[in-house]
Order: sequence, then structure tokens, then C-alpha cells
Amino acid sequence: MSTDNQIQLPIYVDTPSIKKDSMAGDGPFKATVEIQNNLGFPGEKVENWQQVAIDKMAETKSKYKSVQVFLDSCMKCGACTDKCHYFLGTSDPKNMPVARQDLFRSVYRRHFTFAGKYFPKLVGAKDLDEEMLDDWYNYFHQCSQCRRCAVFCPSGIDTAEISMAAREVMNVIGVGQKYTNQILGKVKKIGNNLGMPEPALKDTLMDLEEEIKDDTGVDVKLPIDIKGSEVLMVSPSADFFAEPHIDGLIGYAKVFHESGVSWTLSSYASEAANFGMFIGNYEIMREGALRIRKAAIDLNVKRIIIGECGHAWRVAYSFWNTLSGIGSGAQDKYALQLQNQLDSNYPQPQHMIEFTYDLIKNNKLSFDKSKNNHRVVTFHDSCNVARGSNMGDIKDGQFILPREVIKAACNNFIDMPKNTIKSSTFCCGGGGGLLTDDLIDLRIKGAKPRMHALKKTEEESGVNTLAAICAICKSQFSKVLPNYDFDPYMVVSVHQLVSDAIVLKDTKDQKD
Amino acid sequence: MSLISIILIIFFYISALVFISGLSYKLIQYWKTPAPLKIPIAPSSLDTKGVFLRYLREIFLFASLFKANKWTWLFGWSFHLALVLLFFRHLVYFWPGDVPLILYKTEPLKYAAYPLVFGLLGLLGRRVFIDRVRYISAPSDYLMLLVFIFIASTGMIMTFANYHPNLLMVKNFASGLITFQWSELPGEIIFLLHIFPVFCLIAVFPISKLLHAPGIFFSPTYNQVDNARKKRHISDWTKKEDSL
Repeated sequence: MSTDNQIQLPIYVDTPSIKKDSMAGDGPFKATVEIQNNLGFPGEKVENWQQVAIDKMAETKSKYKSVQVFLDSCMKCGACTDKCHYFLGTSDPKNMPVARQDLFRSVYRRHFTFAGKYFPKLVGAKDLDEEMLDDWYNYFHQCSQCRRCAVFCPSGIDTAEISMAAREVMNVIGVGQKYTNQILGKVKKIGNNLGMPEPALKDTLMDLEEEIKDDTGVDVKLPIDIKGSEVLMVSPSADFFAEPHIDGLIGYAKVFHESGVSWTLSSYASEAANFGMFIGNYEIMREGALRIRKAAIDLNVKRIIIGECGHAWRVAYSFWNTLSGIGSGAQDKYALQLQNQLDSNYPQPQHMIEFTYDLIKNNKLSFDKSKNNHRVVTFHDSCNVARGSNMGDIKDGQFILPREVIKAACNNFIDMPKNTIKSSTFCCGGGGGLLTDDLIDLRIKGAKPRMHALKKTEEESGVNTLAAICAICKSQFSKVLPNYDFDPYMVVSVHQLVSDAIVLKDTKDQKD
Repeated sequence: MSLISIILIIFFYISALVFISGLSYKLIQYWKTPAPLKIPIAPSSLDTKGVFLRYLREIFLFASLFKANKWTWLFGWSFHLALVLLFFRHLVYFWPGDVPLILYKTEPLKYAAYPLVFGLLGLLGRRVFIDRVRYISAPSDYLMLLVFIFIASTGMIMTFANYHPNLLMVKNFASGLITFQWSELPGEIIFLLHIFPVFCLIAVFPISKLLHAPGIFFSPTYNQVDNARKKRHISDWTKKEDSL
């Protein structure tokens, strides 16, 4: 397979020498007036933008301990400089995590610190001028907020926090990114990232039921808006729309079918993804979480389960209990109502992988693993799951559970090199609001470290299937794999592997 | 008392005042700034004990840095360890009155000066020769290392090159700063060159990257327990949002 953008992979990915300004440019498309206003942001760059930006910086650092501490505590040791996939793929020094932070930090120093006010040259403090703002826009949209750099930082500095803060400041002065903000508008208006209206969604689900029936002869349902179901399943809307996502959705349906647990999707909350995180906006992120809370209350479910979506799981697992009281320990009215309603025997929310894993452990599912014998599978740890969440409430559960689920469904599993998986996993290159065609060059280059690890594993172990549990990863890989001489169809949902190997009871009965 | 002694004594107290007030300000600021969301970074800990152990690994072993880069770890770790050992070695000078026997036994710690300089030169070398590290270095980053190297060199000259200043005067001067019973600075210029930059570093601590030392303790990525589903994490301003 070969394309115009073919990239030859070296045997080893060496840390490149820096090439200044190799990724200089205007950044991704900017949001239109309408898109910005829809989210409550100014439509165009405001007149006194410098002052507004500085004020917003002051507010942000007073509301986020991470931002305040991280701006002060970098000692410029350089540990992170070769950890970012975008730096490794582009050689642009401003894609080194510390240099990316420094775009923000130099302005912080200039405006908020003694040394920066009086000795700007000495400590590298800079004014927030047009040129700096252009750099902010360009380079804070070359960060997928994957947090790999933070794993290696001796001070625990997380560039994602700075990148989110910078995007928030830019939105407030009227400089927003089209892709992310447009999608947030769709969620607000329609309920999902795709802007897929309820009738279309229902049609899709009916088609899928027919497809499964044709395939297996079993009536596996994909229920929607069924009040009083046990489980509300919230998955990324990509699961309703495209390969390979949709095969994952079929996998969830089969697992629910086998479990006997009643479940439903919601047309009101038909999106697990929450791009509010990417732009560092608490209120917008909270709105997304509240939609799901409302759906859970309206449908009177006992459990909430999240489908295969990386940052959605981080938001749900780490943030929901703060944002909307889904979890336990909250005191406010809605949260208490929800706690009475939700079944406290289960963690809330739960990941689909946790649900399937529990069933496997309790021997509730049977598999014909030979159905996946044509595959040699490897697993891509998605950044937000790997570095920002847990599964199963056991140490490193977020690495263990997905692998156990894969192994239950497949005979051939092999991991990629150690320094490219688990907490050190490389981003797919399309996370954090960068999964847009206007950033395709960056996305291809940013995928290089992951592609290299995959290539190595392919050569050594004949890997032909790349499993993931994140809609962004799956879309990104489908797009960029051909650029690295891979089959784009080698990427699959983990629940597709489950789907292909699971033996449905009803079919067993038929055979008996 | 000589003018130079008076100036240096006054400078010490100014430095100490800047250090204490500046650092207090920063600590209070870090303490009071809310952490609205749970953002522990993998490998995160599911309980408080795990967080505690993680800090031990980070502070005593520089575990993350070790994962990141073995050379930076070697230079950075030996520099910091030597700094701690030399701090204990210097206590004998600041101890007012009769010195406990244990402090006399710190004499061999003087050899920590070698790993100190080794580490500093290594870190400086990285800044000069590795293009990535050179790119991220501001003048103050070089200056900081050079000042440390200067302090280490003057200390080593006094200790190992037989340029000993009058040790009794050193002790009287140093402990006098603590007890407010000021006495004359030893006459040797090298001693002055040794302590003046130390006082400078004390003063710039709260306004420089030396803040990484307290900063690590306030880093939400390190100090948070990964238990968001079990226990609601809430801060003042996110609580206010609740009622909106």
C-alpha cells in the first residue's frame, strides 16, 4: 500500500536534531464568528486582546493549582525534550514539551514575576505580542494533550494542563479552533459530535440489528431510550457511524445480550466524547457531563457504562464525580438523587472493558478463539486511558483489563516494545482536538513513533491487527496507516475482537 | 568591625528576609490555589500510602528522571545528593557554642564536593552541547549552574588546596549570624567569594526556578490519590458551579 505521503521508517527512531520553525505556520482553521458565539466566546479577536488574555491568565492560574505550580517549577532539565511524538516526528524544537510550555511560561514570567518584569532577557520572559499569539495558536494546536511528557518529568509537570489553559485564554479573546469548537456546538445542539439527529441514529441501530441477525441468526438488540433499563451505555458517536468503530458497538451489544443485563442507549446523550476538556473549559465540559446525568435520571438506569473512547473515559472516570456527582461521596441534590438511583454495588461510571472483563472472570461468556486465529493482535494503549484513568480499581488495571479481554478472545497477542506502551504509550497523533484534515501533515508526522513501534512488532512477530479502545485513535490510525505502508483495516475495536469470537448462547442452543 | 563584614552581615539578613517572606508567599499561594480536577499521572496510586511511596521514590531517587534520561539523572542526582551531604558538613560552622560530636564526624563528607562538581559540569555540558537542551536554556539557567560551580570551586580550594581560612573566625561569623552575636569576617578573600554567591542564591530562591524544590510537593499529578470514582473531589469554585 502506498501513497503520495509515504514515509520510510528507519530501523531505530533516533531523537532528531532540532530544525527550527520546521512546523511554523498558521495552525489549524480558525473558528468562525458563529461557531465562537455559539459557545459564548467572542466571535473575533477582541480589541484589547492583550489585556483580556493577561487577565484570563491571572484568573486561570488562580483557579488551577496545576497551572500556577507548573509555571514556576520547571528547572529546564530537558528530560521531556525527546518524549513528545510531535517533536520526534517533526524536529521542530517548539514541539519539545518544555519549549511548548515556555511559550506560555515566558509570558507568565514577563507579566507576573519579579525576575521577568525587571530582567526579562535573563530569564527568557517575553511580551504577549502578535507573534507570540501566533505561536500559541500554532503550537498549542500541535499538542494532543497526551501527557506522555508528564510521566518523565521529575517535577510532575503536565504540558496538557498548560496547553488547555492556553486554548482557554485564546478562546476568551476570540481566537478559537474551528474543528473542536464546531463539534462542541453540535453536541450542544443535537447531542453528539457527529451532529447525527435522533431518527438517523435509530435507523442505524435498526440496520445493525438486522446485520447481526443475518450474521448470527440471533436477535441481538441495540435498544435506545428504553426507560427502566439496567444500564445506560454512552459511547462515542463514531460508534454509530464508521468502521472500525461500529464493529465495536456490535461487540458491546453481543456482550450485553449474553450477560442478560438490560441496556439502552440515549438519543439525548448520544456522545461519550467531551471536547470541553481539550479547550480547558470547565463549564463546557460540565455541560457535556450534565447531559449524560440528565439522560441517566430520565431513563431511570442503575448503571452507566462508557464505550471505547479514550478522553471520554478520562472525563468520566476522573472528572464526572466532580463535574456532576456521578460516583460516590457527593452531597448536592442531584448527586444524591443519582446515588439513590444508581446501584452502589458497581463503580459508577464503568468502562465497557470492565463490564466485559467481569463477565469473562465469572465465566459468563464463551468464546471461540479460533475465529481470531487469522490475527496476530497488538494493543495500542490510548493516552487518556493509560495516563489519566484506571480500570477495575486495581493497580495498573487500565493496562491489564483490555489485554485480558483481548486474550480471552484471541490466541495470538503480542505487545509492542516496552517503552512505547502502557504509561509510556505514544499518542496516535490525532488526539486532543487535532483529528482534522487541516492538520493532516502534523497527524502523519506525529504518528511516526507509534508507527515505528508497530513496524518493529510486525517484523518480529508478524502482527497484523492493531486493537484500540479510543474512537480518535481508531480514526487517526485508519487515516495514517497507509502512509507507513500498513493496511488501514488492521485497526480494530477491542470489542470487535470480542464480537468475532463470542459464542452466542442462542446459536449454541440451535446447534444442540 | 570592618565595613565589609557589616555589609555582608546586612546582606545576609536581607537575603534571609527575602527568602522567608518570598517563599512563604509562594507556599501560601500554592497551598491556597485550588486543584479543581483529579489529574494524577500514571503510574498513579490508588491510596495515600502509594502517593507517599511515590514521593519517596521521586525525592530520594529521582525516579521519573531516571526513566527519562540516564545521563541527566546521573548528573542531577549526584549534584543534589552532594548538596545535601555538604549541607550537613557545613552545619558545624553554624552550630552556636559547643559542637556535638556527631558534627565533627561529618568531616569525610567534604569529598561530596567531587560528585557535586561532576554533576554540575555534566549538567552544564548538556546545556552547551545538546541542541535540544541548549534551545530551552535561558541565560539564567547557565548563570545558576555557573554560580553553583563557583561556590563549589571556592569551597574546594579552601578545603583541598590548603587555603584554609581561620576556621574559628568562620565559625564565629557563621554562628553569629544565627545567634545575632555578630563577629568579624575572616580576612581571606576566598571565603568572601564563597559565601557571597550563597547569600545571593538564598535571595533569588523564591523568584527563580529553584522553586522546583517546593513545587514538586504541590504538583497535583503527583500528590493526588487516583480514587475519583470512590470519593468526590471538590474545591470551592467547582462546588459553586454545582448550585448553578
